[in-house]
Amino acid sequence: MTPFAEPLQDVLAIACAWLALGVLGIARPASAAWSTRVLYPAGAIAGLLLAATALAAIFGQPQSLVLPLGLPDLPFHLRLDALSAFFLLLLGATAAGISLFGCGYFRHDQGSAPGLVCLYYHVFLASMALVMVADDAYAFMVAWETMALSSYFLVTSNHAHAEIRRAGYLYLLIAHIGAIAILLCFGALQGGSGNYTFDAMREAHLAGPWGTVAFLLALAGFGAKAGLVPMHVWLPEAHPAAPSPVSALMSGVMLKTAIYGLLRVTLDLIGFQLWWWGVVALALGLGTALYGIVFAAVQSDMKRLLAWSSIENIGLIFAGFGLTLLFRGFDMRALAALALTATLFHCLNHALYKSLLFLCTGAVMHATSERSLGRLGGLIHRMPWVAWCALVGTIAIAGLPPSNGFASEWLLLQAFLFTPGLPQGYLNMLVPVAAAVVALTAALAGYVMVKFYGVVFLGQPREAKLAEAHDAGLWERTGLVWLAAACVLLGLAPATVIGLLDPVTRVLAGDGIASLAKGWLFLAPIQPARASYSPLLVFAVGAVLVALVWLMVRAFYHGRWRRALPWACGFPQTNARMQDTAEGFGQPVRQVFEPFFRIRTEAPAPGDAHPRYRETHEDHLWYGLYLPVARGVGWFTGLVTVLQRGRISVYLLYSFATLLVLLLFVR
Amino acid sequence: MISASGLAAQFTELVLAMLLAPLLTGWVNQCRAWLQSRSAPPILQPYYVLAKLFRKDVVLAHNASPLFRVAPYLILGVIALAAAVVPTLGTDLPMNAAADAIALVGLLAMARLFIALAAMDVGTAFGSLGARREMLVGFLAEPALLMVLFTASLISNSTSLATIVETLAHKELVIYPSMAFAGVAFTMVSLAENARIPVDNPATHLELTMIHEAMLLEYSGRHLALMEWAASLKLFVYSGIGLALFFPWGVAGGGDALGIVLALPVLILKLAIGGVLLALIEMLSAKMRIFRAPEFLGIAFLLGVLSMLLHVLLER
Repeated sequence: MTPFAEPLQDVLAIACAWLALGVLGIARPASAAWSTRVLYPAGAIAGLLLAATALAAIFGQPQSLVLPLGLPDLPFHLRLDALSAFFLLLLGATAAGISLFGCGYFRHDQGSAPGLVCLYYHVFLASMALVMVADDAYAFMVAWETMALSSYFLVTSNHAHAEIRRAGYLYLLIAHIGAIAILLCFGALQGGSGNYTFDAMREAHLAGPWGTVAFLLALAGFGAKAGLVPMHVWLPEAHPAAPSPVSALMSGVMLKTAIYGLLRVTLDLIGFQLWWWGVVALALGLGTALYGIVFAAVQSDMKRLLAWSSIENIGLIFAGFGLTLLFRGFDMRALAALALTATLFHCLNHALYKSLLFLCTGAVMHATSERSLGRLGGLIHRMPWVAWCALVGTIAIAGLPPSNGFASEWLLLQAFLFTPGLPQGYLNMLVPVAAAVVALTAALAGYVMVKFYGVVFLGQPREAKLAEAHDAGLWERTGLVWLAAACVLLGLAPATVIGLLDPVTRVLAGDGIASLAKGWLFLAPIQPARASYSPLLVFAVGAVLVALVWLMVRAFYHGRWRRALPWACGFPQTNARMQDTAEGFGQPVRQVFEPFFRIRTEAPAPGDAHPRYRETHEDHLWYGLYLPVARGVGWFTGLVTVLQRGRISVYLLYSFATLLVLLLFVR
Repeated sequence: MISASGLAAQFTELVLAMLLAPLLTGWVNQCRAWLQSRSAPPILQPYYVLAKLFRKDVVLAHNASPLFRVAPYLILGVIALAAAVVPTLGTDLPMNAAADAIALVGLLAMARLFIALAAMDVGTAFGSLGARREMLVGFLAEPALLMVLFTASLISNSTSLATIVETLAHKELVIYPSMAFAGVAFTMVSLAENARIPVDNPATHLELTMIHEAMLLEYSGRHLALMEWAASLKLFVYSGIGLALFFPWGVAGGGDALGIVLALPVLILKLAIGGVLLALIEMLSAKMRIFRAPEFLGIAFLLGVLSMLLHVLLER
């Protein structure tokens, strides 16, 4: 048997292997060495195998399988097509790096036993793989809920802290509201046939309103999982609460399962697309992107900052998705393919660089046991490996050439520049506004990442204990370098990535853009005359120029240098506390985007012996939307408690009354 | 596709940009001094400064990391790459296929990221202050510049700068109202991005007002020379973009060797006029408080968006 002949069975085998690794973890729950030296490395290898299988399967024919297990008379259906294969590739490649890092990370005793964390972790991985191959609503929901529950236990693994338990509760709550919407969406999709396999849903010709209902439910359900504003509040709470490799997995991969689900339902299961769905998704996506990045700029906890930046990236992905729908709705297939390519490429990029950065924060937390930006600084001297890997992630997430982040943003902006071709007059005016928001978001991402990198890794250490910080261990370095190398490679060879995406866009958008690209060196969507970009050339010429400058300076001038005290404008007593704080660095954004925040300030009274200045930036939506809804639910349940009397005679009376009413009806 | 003449034109243009950039800075300084009735420094003053700085020893702060020492080379290299993309003499540039207008903005953003990170590296109060202000200017100026370039891209149906110049210069003279808005926006952005009055003052070392200079405080010797050279080159690149978008006449189309030779005096003339105008704007305006800068740049950003809207509404 050739290795990749039956990719679906291979995927299933790898998912089972992950489950088995998890079960082996609880065989010796207290032993950290057992899970980190044996099980996580094996999990990383499984991730690599999954990536290889998926890579081969992208170009293969769709494969189906019916499992002899599941609910009575409802066996689980599995299917592997190009879309599933692409997301499995994303899962495998990212999980491999994160598991490698985990080998070095999960060594301390904190919260749950290492064996239990190992169980949840591998069940989480396996369930994500199963979500992507599920081919009926039951299998999908079972895998989806397993994913939500295993990640809930991972989030709350450090459950001694009240705020972590609270974060986990909020996460579970919103995950389930989302799951209900997804369940209802499948109900709308089966079109009265009662057959819940995806094949039947593809065949069911939905009436127009039902298609819209299904789309809106999918947007709500998968949007809740992805962290789309206004259903984002759980994300900046839950992602930072989890151990760093889990944050990486949640931000990098789990959010993408929501994108996968949305693409599956909207472009595959619903047989038609209306253009205004695209406008809704585009508007929500752009709003989310701007909201996320503005909040990221004022955070002073490094993991929360990254979590808010995930919201921004999800917003950009939704914007790309909305544009795809818009073009698809007008049957402009080549442009839909372009927008979809940008969307999928951005998913892959975000998975890689966000995992990389979350892992870097994990290494920093291990070395310093600090996650507040105000107590870090100067770590580039003590942790060079982590610092240089983080720099790669920083450049990628800021969307600068020649990184992978720039390549996908470039494609997205190109897609926007084609919107004037839309047949609707008003929609044409979308271009300036939408492109402006995307450009502003991208520029703000640069601001946020300078803040993140500069405050954590550059400058002077803000605390004395940072001088003892140690660099990441060998396992952790391997994981970081794997992800950083992937970011660089994808950035330099985007044409190859587009080739990978071609089968996906051909299935979902009915066209591909790979055939139009100008060879492997140039990225040229639609026509080379319109636009082309070659990161490899940019990188090569840039490197040659930098090297030339260096060589010329070296050749013509001496290389003398000496060390001295920094120049402090004649003020002798400068110290590390006088550097810009994270709050100070975020202040201009806070000032410019003041209406976004609910700001509370406590200033000391004049003559206060212990002056204390405090300012919090909170989310308007929490107070304007969530608390009123929570109060409403509380009020309603309060009404119901009127029935609860606590006396058995009253309850007997209820039963008697119910019986009478039923008798009246049934007669 | 890549011809020998194209490579030659590319090389000439890049070397010319690197060599002429300090001259442009010297010319602007001279004009400013004249307008302020001061006795002007020689036009070659920036070259003297560079020559002297290159010979001096480098003094590094104790805390400076390798990033601090790599940054000047990287920044000059990246801005030189940006200069290679902008067509100033001819449009047959091989680099134009590799990097378009969006990549150009990305390259300038890359230079900004590194200059800000280098400024934060030593960990003095001024460095991070300068970095923060630079990023504040950047996050509004960068999208505004992108909007201006998008307007031109929509007109010419291409984001390649060479195609934009060919379309704008070699079509029969059409007045685009959108480009008027874009021109105002671009002027405002260039003032901010090149640390000019009213947003920043290249001649100041007053703590409360400086942006660009605050970031360079810790640099010395050849590192400072590279940073100064990069700043001059950045002004040259912005002038090049401005000329390409708003005064593209005179740039040789295709691989026309004679055209490139003829384009050189035209370019120098255009740059000289541009330098006078820049000095005049700096003369006539007052430096504003740092927190007025977002308003100033916000207006530039809105004008950029308006120019795109106008193009979509009126000119299609």
